[in-house]
Amino acid sequence: METTRKLIRKQSLEKLYKLLLESRKIYAPVIAADKQVEYKYNPSFSDVTFDHIRSTLSVKNIVFPKVENLFSYVNAKTESTITDIDLNKIPEVVLWGAHPCDNAAFDTLRSIFCWDINDEFFSKRMEKLLVIGLSCHLSDEYCFCTSVGLYPNSSKGSDILLTRLQNGDFKADILTEKGNNVLLSSPELFEPVTEEKVLITEVMQKFSHEQVTIKLKTAFEHPFWVANSLRCIGCGACAYVCPACACFDIQDESRGKNGKRYRSWDSCGFGLFTLHTSGHNPREVQSQRWRQRIMHKFSYMPDRNESLGCVGCGRCSSGCPVDMNIAEQLEALQNI
Amino acid sequence: MNNLITRAKELLENNNVQVVVGYEAGPTGLARPAFITNPEKAEKLIYDDRCVQNLAVYLTKKEVKKFGKIAIIATLPVMRSIMMLISEQQITAENIVVLGISSEGNLLDIANMQVMQGFIEKSDLSNPAKYKDLLAELRKLTPEEKFAYWQKELSKCIKCYACRQACPMCYCTRCTVEVNQPQWIPVQANTYGSMEWHILRAMHLAGRCISCGECGRACPVGIPCHLLTMQLVDQVHNYFKVYAGTSDKMSSVLSTFEPNDKESFII
Amino acid sequence: MSDNIYKPYLMEVENIIEETPDVRTFRLKFKNAADAENFSFKAGQFGEYSVLGEGESTFCVASSPTRRGYIECTFRKAGRVTNALANLETGDTVGFRGPYGNTFPIEQWEGKNLLYIAGGIALPPMRCLIWNTIDLRDKYKDITIVYGARSVSDLVYKHELKEWEKRPDIRLITTVDPGGQTPDWKGEIGFVPMVLEKLAPTSNNTVAILCGPPVMIKFTMPVLKKLGFQDKDIYTTLENRMKCGFGKCGRCNVGKVFVCKDGPVFSYEQILSLPEEY
Repeated sequence: METTRKLIRKQSLEKLYKLLLESRKIYAPVIAADKQVEYKYNPSFSDVTFDHIRSTLSVKNIVFPKVENLFSYVNAKTESTITDIDLNKIPEVVLWGAHPCDNAAFDTLRSIFCWDINDEFFSKRMEKLLVIGLSCHLSDEYCFCTSVGLYPNSSKGSDILLTRLQNGDFKADILTEKGNNVLLSSPELFEPVTEEKVLITEVMQKFSHEQVTIKLKTAFEHPFWVANSLRCIGCGACAYVCPACACFDIQDESRGKNGKRYRSWDSCGFGLFTLHTSGHNPREVQSQRWRQRIMHKFSYMPDRNESLGCVGCGRCSSGCPVDMNIAEQLEALQNI
Repeated sequence: MNNLITRAKELLENNNVQVVVGYEAGPTGLARPAFITNPEKAEKLIYDDRCVQNLAVYLTKKEVKKFGKIAIIATLPVMRSIMMLISEQQITAENIVVLGISSEGNLLDIANMQVMQGFIEKSDLSNPAKYKDLLAELRKLTPEEKFAYWQKELSKCIKCYACRQACPMCYCTRCTVEVNQPQWIPVQANTYGSMEWHILRAMHLAGRCISCGECGRACPVGIPCHLLTMQLVDQVHNYFKVYAGTSDKMSSVLSTFEPNDKESFII
Repeated sequence: MSDNIYKPYLMEVENIIEETPDVRTFRLKFKNAADAENFSFKAGQFGEYSVLGEGESTFCVASSPTRRGYIECTFRKAGRVTNALANLETGDTVGFRGPYGNTFPIEQWEGKNLLYIAGGIALPPMRCLIWNTIDLRDKYKDITIVYGARSVSDLVYKHELKEWEKRPDIRLITTVDPGGQTPDWKGEIGFVPMVLEKLAPTSNNTVAILCGPPVMIKFTMPVLKKLGFQDKDIYTTLENRMKCGFGKCGRCNVGKVFVCKDGPVFSYEQILSLPEEY
């Protein structure tokens, strides 16, 4: 669908927010008590922030929750049964104010969950999701979207993309059918575009992801991995805050005969992620696991699904307890 | 930190140690752990206010032990961690050289464990001053208020285990949560499951925690889990009048029995 | 089948065979007749078998696809799920998700000799294939099976080994490690690679299928090369820790290849192109 460009004034934006709140849940960024940015359901418009650089956790939780029940069961020998989860109960959700990097990650997640056979938990949630993205007028040293083929105002993954204007109003790009339905249901809130200047931050390109992908083809045995991963402590923080990481675990949890099977977030950085029952572990040391993380995102995924496993949001680097800065490492990789 | 760099260079040049574990500055200005094997690279070592991470966590890592003998830059918490690791037989004193750093940031001459013990015993081993007020505040709450506080904080937990991985005392090759026969603590990150995890970890650290605060610092979502472990540091001190990490022969207070132990709570 | 890709078929345990003190073979039948009708698979594929409440475990389907209405699996008691499975009785419920993975390219092998080499608990994935080719016997030329285990009691499918031995149209050589024989043992004594070398089967127009513990593969491969087998004519199966079985959970990859999607069957030529991360 061709993009429709509109103007939406700050007051109209508030009206739109309240209107959407009447029929859907809104997942929007607010500043928490400890100054961190977090996404919450249905905050009041006055609490929503338009000035955040990144939230601590990504927004993948709305389509890939940290715990997703797959079915419930009754374990009763010959009388055992399995009951499906009613996916029609998934509500309509508006993701409000997420930046282009976060929104582009939905494509990456789609390339995992909808590839080959369809994960209906994920696709149902995506179906019920409306994304009103927000271009970035601020960035910091951890941002590197421009190194992975994105921009502070990329439209990938958004249904409507808002961009701040110099006078405090917003340019609204209506990008998809879903976005267009919003326009059609409240046309009075959208006005014709003006010449007002847009405020978009600049993110310096740190490396070329194409170069990195080429280098990685022959870098499996390079000493780079050991040297650069010694300080990694092997937690799951980077994978869990990352909007494009989707590795998961499947577990059963019972109370007596009743229980549920669920899938939950997992990380290839954990030591026991690939441990065989026999005791053999193909990735025994952290350098192998660090290599897996980078290779998976920048070599295997582009090779398999033509989709990069990273959106340059910088959460992994800012959240890492030992400053494993991924952009720095990729820059170095490009030059090996 | 010229003395530090000189000493590190010396140790590497004479092959007294095969690696120096210290801090270096990353490109964003943050301090990060450094593993120097080449004497020329010793110039990268720094020591200043940015250097807070407890480096003792690397002493139990296979990849680091593989280098051979290790020199480690050690502030008071790191020294205490080293004592604990030796007393729990995870590392041997012969395999490390301690490059002690005083609270003013000066290089100390730590020739052996006795000297280190002497330094530790002269230091203030109670919880760091910056946390004492917050701990006192929490203690004033009623049990219901405390539970509500922790419920709110721990609902943020995503079970990334950064707290566990950053802690030098959490060196178990298979943590309790990774045992599935039986699955003691459920894998998923829901509020009560996360509470079970944090309470379990705090209890496993009771009598062993040396108040470095790494667990709370490492948490990507800002849960102050170090307050749980530090509260137990105070509790253990109240009951047994000991702090952890003061001797390489000291066994964990909760796993030893002395004939003169207080029994007033059971008799 | 619902659209829920994580939902297993409910199976009933029809028959349990205690192969060795810690190895069981289950025959499972579909509880739902429609599932039984619609289900099919090919040799080499695997599934996720579960006990509700304990979790899932990955094993191959050990019965031949030519035999419909049931599937069989063989497993060793090694962890939580396999121990729970071993405690089940006939009539109990087992969940089965599958079939997953790629298959042995048996159509490409028609008209060739087949050399099966297996060790210990690695016979199950091969057994499916062996019965499959026996059921289609005319399509293949000579079939030779070399199977070894640590000791006589560790041999699995003992009753089937006897059946295969009796058949005039296949050649079976069983062996146990030195010291693993019983007084009445009539088979070979020696490690599989040595027995294979002694046997010296022809590599001309022959496909070798090799399954076993890593150490056996390591020492058998040179023997096969010495006998003249080319990398593209040697097939094996790779194992890796799996959870989803369909290439989404990110666990089983070896380089860019998912063992659950692009495997578990690989030719040795393919294995040589993979990084050593398995």
